[in-house]
Amino acid sequence: MKKYDKLTKNAAGRMVPKIVNGTEQIPFQGVGKYKPTGRKFGPRISSCVDYPDDGNKTAKDLKEALIKSGLKDGMTISTHHHFRNGDLIANQIFDIAHELGVKNLRWYPSASFPCQEHLIPYLEDGTINRIEGSMNGPLGKFASEGKMKGLGVLRSHGGRYQAIQDGEVQIDISVIAAPTADAFGNANGVNGDAACGLLGFALGDSQYADKVIVVTDNLVPFPAIPWQIHGNYVDYVVEVEKVGLAERIISGTTRITKSPDRLLIAEITAKFCEAAGLIYDGFSYQAGAGGTALSIGNYFGDILRKNNWKARFIRAGSNQYPVALLEEGLVEYILDGQTFDLEGVRSMRENPNHINTSPFTSYNYHGKGNFASMIDIVVLGATEVDVNFNANVVTHSDGYLLHGIGGWQNCLFSKCTILPIPLFRDRIPVIRDEVTTLCGPGELIDVIVTERGIAINPLRKDLIEKVKDSGLPIKTIEELKAEGEAICGVPEKPQLGDEIIAVIKWVDGTIIDSVRKVIT
Amino acid sequence: MNLCIISENSPYICWQILSQYLIMKTIGIAGNFGKNAKSDCRVTFEKKTEGGLQIEIRSKVNALYGKSIRKLAENVLHFFDIENAGFLIEDSGAVDFVLAARMEAAIKQVIETEKEYLLPQLSENTSSTEKDANRFSRLYLPGNTPKLMLNAGIHKPNGLILDLEDAVAPDKKFEAGFVVRNALRSLHFYNAERMVRINQIPKGLDDLRFIIPHHANLIILPKCESAADIKWVNEVIDVHKKEHGIEHPVWLMPIIESAKGVMNAYEIAKSAENIAAIAIGLEDYTADLGTRRTAAGTESFFARSMVVNAARAAGVQPIDSVFSDVSDMEALAENVKVSKGLGFDGMGCIHPRQIEVIHENFAPEEVEIERAKKIVLAFKEAEKKGLGVVSLGSKMIDAPVVKRAQNTIHLAINMGKLEDSWMDGLET
Repeated sequence: MKKYDKLTKNAAGRMVPKIVNGTEQIPFQGVGKYKPTGRKFGPRISSCVDYPDDGNKTAKDLKEALIKSGLKDGMTISTHHHFRNGDLIANQIFDIAHELGVKNLRWYPSASFPCQEHLIPYLEDGTINRIEGSMNGPLGKFASEGKMKGLGVLRSHGGRYQAIQDGEVQIDISVIAAPTADAFGNANGVNGDAACGLLGFALGDSQYADKVIVVTDNLVPFPAIPWQIHGNYVDYVVEVEKVGLAERIISGTTRITKSPDRLLIAEITAKFCEAAGLIYDGFSYQAGAGGTALSIGNYFGDILRKNNWKARFIRAGSNQYPVALLEEGLVEYILDGQTFDLEGVRSMRENPNHINTSPFTSYNYHGKGNFASMIDIVVLGATEVDVNFNANVVTHSDGYLLHGIGGWQNCLFSKCTILPIPLFRDRIPVIRDEVTTLCGPGELIDVIVTERGIAINPLRKDLIEKVKDSGLPIKTIEELKAEGEAICGVPEKPQLGDEIIAVIKWVDGTIIDSVRKVIT
Repeated sequence: MNLCIISENSPYICWQILSQYLIMKTIGIAGNFGKNAKSDCRVTFEKKTEGGLQIEIRSKVNALYGKSIRKLAENVLHFFDIENAGFLIEDSGAVDFVLAARMEAAIKQVIETEKEYLLPQLSENTSSTEKDANRFSRLYLPGNTPKLMLNAGIHKPNGLILDLEDAVAPDKKFEAGFVVRNALRSLHFYNAERMVRINQIPKGLDDLRFIIPHHANLIILPKCESAADIKWVNEVIDVHKKEHGIEHPVWLMPIIESAKGVMNAYEIAKSAENIAAIAIGLEDYTADLGTRRTAAGTESFFARSMVVNAARAAGVQPIDSVFSDVSDMEALAENVKVSKGLGFDGMGCIHPRQIEVIHENFAPEEVEIERAKKIVLAFKEAEKKGLGVVSLGSKMIDAPVVKRAQNTIHLAINMGKLEDSWMDGLET
């Protein structure tokens, strides 16, 4: 089977394959243009007759559960990333697969992390054919250098749910690491020594996978409440000594930045939002887990406090900072997709206004509405932006695939999408003639805020008008690009190979761009 | 360079003689490379007798700047007439002026030459400043740490200090001079006054060759104890100015950092026309007193008052010491209020986040602005009537008070506290 075939130019002008890993694909047709027809994927009908009456679905260990689930060559195995860099289960699954001599697996994680570098030998020996999920760190580097046997497929969180729901990806075995579960399979992330908050990324997996295994180190008597994962979807429950390292869900990027330059960017962003009238009593926002985004949330808090306003809700990624705003009464609800620290976990456990959500509720583009488009302000990062406001979030300017998409693409549909980014990083200008990899079309990106000025997308005449007399440093994106290049020099175009090593899916399942092999 | 006009017994002569005995190495290494050395590079130069130029580049940004780094390396080597050499550049994203400085510093550890590899000077870096320019804040930047330089100006300090003294390790002093020189030519200062703190005299006199020809606005002299220090510095500055045909002013800001310096503060402040300000450095001063610096600052009250008094008597600006707790902005604000109350015109800062707090608290208060407006209007009225004396109510207003009021108005406008058109419609 060829990794990919039949290249064509999509509506964004990018060359993308129409066949990926043997399956037909739809090239990107434009924002909002592709509408699927037909019905959702239907998983196999189960009968309770096949399950014990006493509800005890425990298996001796993970190996037994995988064998009973019918683990064999070519299957699709899914995992979630709520433990982030503290995940302990994904590596064990493929250790077992390797031991059993199973080959050619598709790993379908909601994201991968450096702790899964352990899997590189299995990618090399063919135990794993490919990763379909965002690839961070060493796995991204491995894929970028063309070493993965199959073609990588990167999806947003919403796109991952959409792919499961639409039947684009059919999961054979889903393994759900859970901080707490009962023997029937009900599970949650808020209780137990390894509490990670919630298990929303695994919701679609539990609903649509052929077999579902819950793994826990805190097996409690029925019922495990709250049942974020319903045991009625679960085939086997496995008890292990340790399911994940809760302390490692905290990453270096989930703390307020101390960098004066990034604090300046955060301050300018907040001033822009205030000047443009985007912040008001009852507004809503989403800020990511990066240090700059978290600082912006703090500035938003100052503005709310000053005006005696409240935000109706924050879409999160939560950690101590949005939790503090919630507990101060400056925010009414946190709608949370993943917790980034233990304060977030505690708040979700204790505060009924800290709501557990999933990619289905927040991001699924093939649903009856979209939370993302209801949010007033979304603040996101990017590795590159081009003069047409197109943005890249997965590859560095040298072509290496080193970041995941996360919910980034899904969030672009907000009422105002702002990318606060430094004008250059380690000499590399962030604003380019053309992004190395297109992840988000420029028509959805409204404002770029850098430490040296703000560029507003010319399509947003309303915003331009609102801030024209604000005294803020408003510049064209071309001016910002020139300023960055005056400091750093004009960069060469990176030399990338012709070979495609991964594709980037748009939120509707179409292919928006290809990622080329890096020449080492 | 002809230095024969320098006065006898100048410590600069001693330094020059000592420098001649520095042993040239066979391998030169300059710069920094490693985990914490962002925006920097390490260059290793080895002179050879054959084999041509062997340039090796290991750069984090090789995909985007590899060719331009190689071209720069070739240009530098050709400039110094080097035909056979090993040249290793380990780079973590240094911009051209840093790369060029590191290359030159590495080469000059091996090859003795008077030639200097100079990149074009930014036109904005040829501006001059006034003696009484606003100097609320001056931000210290370690002279050998490029990563802190590139964005320093965007935080809008009144002055940016490229520091060759305490912030540079002794074994890095040589290479730092090249970085500071190149920064003066190529770094974007965003309208901040271009300042350099040289080393303590006599070493500091040698630093001036990296600074004076490259349009520094102000030289900070550390640990200044007497008027003689100023005289020596000005002699060397004059040599460089003459050699390079420089006419723009080079201001001095001596820092008083010892008990002796405090006692001589007035002599120092009035010793030369180009002294724009005198500052106090409290870390060294308190050590010299045999005490330690406290938050209340009672131990330095005398010294601070002496410096303010000496500066005012000599007609220069009194500038306060830095506030070293970069995490406590409330304490900084209190410190600035005390400083302003004592009569200081500004203070140093060691972190960009301190700048705004310093500006806000040194800025003229509403009551000061209102009084300044009245004085300026009274002055206009007197001018209009052709009166030689300005009066406000029954009080006579002296010329220095008028000048100070004009400065207050100017500052208030610049800081957005007063409309530029405040006088429109007001009767004068």
